Amino acid sequence: MLEIKCPYCGKRSQNEFAYGGDATIKRPKLNTEVSDEEWDTFVYYRKNPRGDHLELWQHISGCRQWFKAKRNTATHEIIETYELSSNKEEHS
Amino acid sequence: MKKYSVFSLINNAFSYHQNWDVAWRDPEPKKEYEVIIIGGGGHGLATAYYLAKNFNIRNVAILEKGWIGGGNVGRNTTILRSNYMHNANNLFYEKGMQMWRDLSQELNYNVMYSPRGILNLAHSDAQMNTYSRRGNSMRLNGIDAKLLNREDVKKMIPFADFSSNCRFPIFGGLFQSSGGTARHDAVAWGYARGADDHGIDIIQNCEVTGFDVSNGKIKGVQTSRGNIKAKKIGLCVAGSTSLLAEKLNMTLPIEAHVLQACVSEPIKPLLDQVVTFGAGHFYCSQSDKGEMVMGGDLDGYNSYAQRGNLPTIQHVLTEGVALFPNLSRLKMLRTWGGIMDMSMDTSPIIDKTHIDGLYLNCGWCYGGFKATPVSGLTFAHTIAKDEVHELNAPFRLDRFNTGHLIDEKGIGTKTWIS
Ligand SMILES: Cc1cc2nc3c(=O)[nH]c(=O)nc-3n(C[C@H](O)[C@H](O)[C@H](O)COP(=O)(O)OP(=O)(O)OC[C@H]3O[C@@H](n4cnc5c(N)ncnc54)[C@H](O)[C@@H]3O)c2cc1C
Ligand SMILES: [Zn+2]
Repeated sequence: MLEIKCPYCGKRSQNEFAYGGDATIKRPKLNTEVSDEEWDTFVYYRKNPRGDHLELWQHISGCRQWFKAKRNTATHEIIETYELSSNKEEHS
Repeated sequence: MKKYSVFSLINNAFSYHQNWDVAWRDPEPKKEYEVIIIGGGGHGLATAYYLAKNFNIRNVAILEKGWIGGGNVGRNTTILRSNYMHNANNLFYEKGMQMWRDLSQELNYNVMYSPRGILNLAHSDAQMNTYSRRGNSMRLNGIDAKLLNREDVKKMIPFADFSSNCRFPIFGGLFQSSGGTARHDAVAWGYARGADDHGIDIIQNCEVTGFDVSNGKIKGVQTSRGNIKAKKIGLCVAGSTSLLAEKLNMTLPIEAHVLQACVSEPIKPLLDQVVTFGAGHFYCSQSDKGEMVMGGDLDGYNSYAQRGNLPTIQHVLTEGVALFPNLSRLKMLRTWGGIMDMSMDTSPIIDKTHIDGLYLNCGWCYGGFKATPVSGLTFAHTIAKDEVHELNAPFRLDRFNTGHLIDEKGIGTKTWIS
């Protein structure tokens, strides 16, 4: 069982959370020319690392807030979680 | 290779079965091969087998970082089916179903193919409509599909919950009678023995750690057992695909996710078919040993750990008990997990790459076991001829750029939902 620390509510069981995927993918900027390649990369292509992974989670059965987690995909260890607004994006 | 037969069985009985030939050799890697296949799972072994058998390419090595059959080919729930919606999948997997029918004879190895039928249950009128649509799509492609009503289903699985206060009543189901199961280990071992018989080197405990590429052409691999040269290299590493692709500076439309399964203690024959619960994600069949083999959802977050967490098992078994209340009395024997190469449209990728001589076989999601023979057949073709076979022509990598996705599930890129 994963124990995930919601930045707002504290540590809760994984059952209360929904996964949102890789948090490092960036949507191409609005109102700029976007090439097909940029768009396809944004929609489909993933780094998919073995090791630290920055990802989105939602405390769906709790406060319903989205937040970021740094989690190791090989060990499942959750290294830290923080609010979406924080700009800690070490790996991108 | 000495053929297995009733005579060889009797013959070997005289020496108390101490003198059987080894099924495959344990050779030292050579300095150079014509083709190297990375990954000794079902797909890698089958590819090597068909390279030799259909194209007479025998100077081939299979490099496996662990032992053959230790990956997903030995971890799956062995369901075989071709009950898809889209033509590309229908035709591809149905060719696979045809190959399963005589695979034991082909390999002279009993893969215990059991066409016991697969029953997808429907729990609403809307679901019955979708199933009739899917069934029609299958029939148009010459695949056996039958829409069953509640009474038909009741005859097949009378012990399912048909009570009046059931939360998800069974409305009927879609039945593919040629669907079923096969013994996963035997598939790996049968292909390994066949490949070895054709002179192919199966090299275990040999991890590929890097590639030699020059002027856009593949030259060889670096491995834990030294550098090996090759003219052509095929990647069949399932859940590890992104890790090797990264060494080639390739990013792929793939995420790694863990899928778990479990088996119960063995019981007397109860369930004749493979049955899937339609109001969630639960599937079940009974092994020849009597264990109930069960699986369902992915754990739902990127993972390279070949183990999952209990909430998913609990969730899957809750659905199991909702469908078959008598399961609640069973003890579970074990659970395990495997790493799925989840592609962004849940369909596989079998293709050449932008690197000359490098070929890609991946994106099998949780359904690649049934594709083992046809994947080997078409990937061998792609490697030998340097062009795709008509059956894998729709499964090219560039579909994520041209928009020709084969989105069987219609879930978009949230692969972990499927
Ligand atoms: C729990 C579970 C249930 C499933 N149920 C079904 C089902 O009912 N029906 C179905 O059709 N499919 C099912 N699948 C999916 C199916 O098992 C896979 O899609 C399929 O086995 C993948 O192909 P493979 O056999 O070649 O993979 P694998 O057996 O995983 O082979 C890949 C091999 O590559 C090796 N490798 C990785 N990296 C390297 C490296 N760097 N160097 C050398 N070797 C390397 C690995 O060690 C591994 O042996 C299930 C999977 C799981 C985990
Ligand atoms: Zn919260």
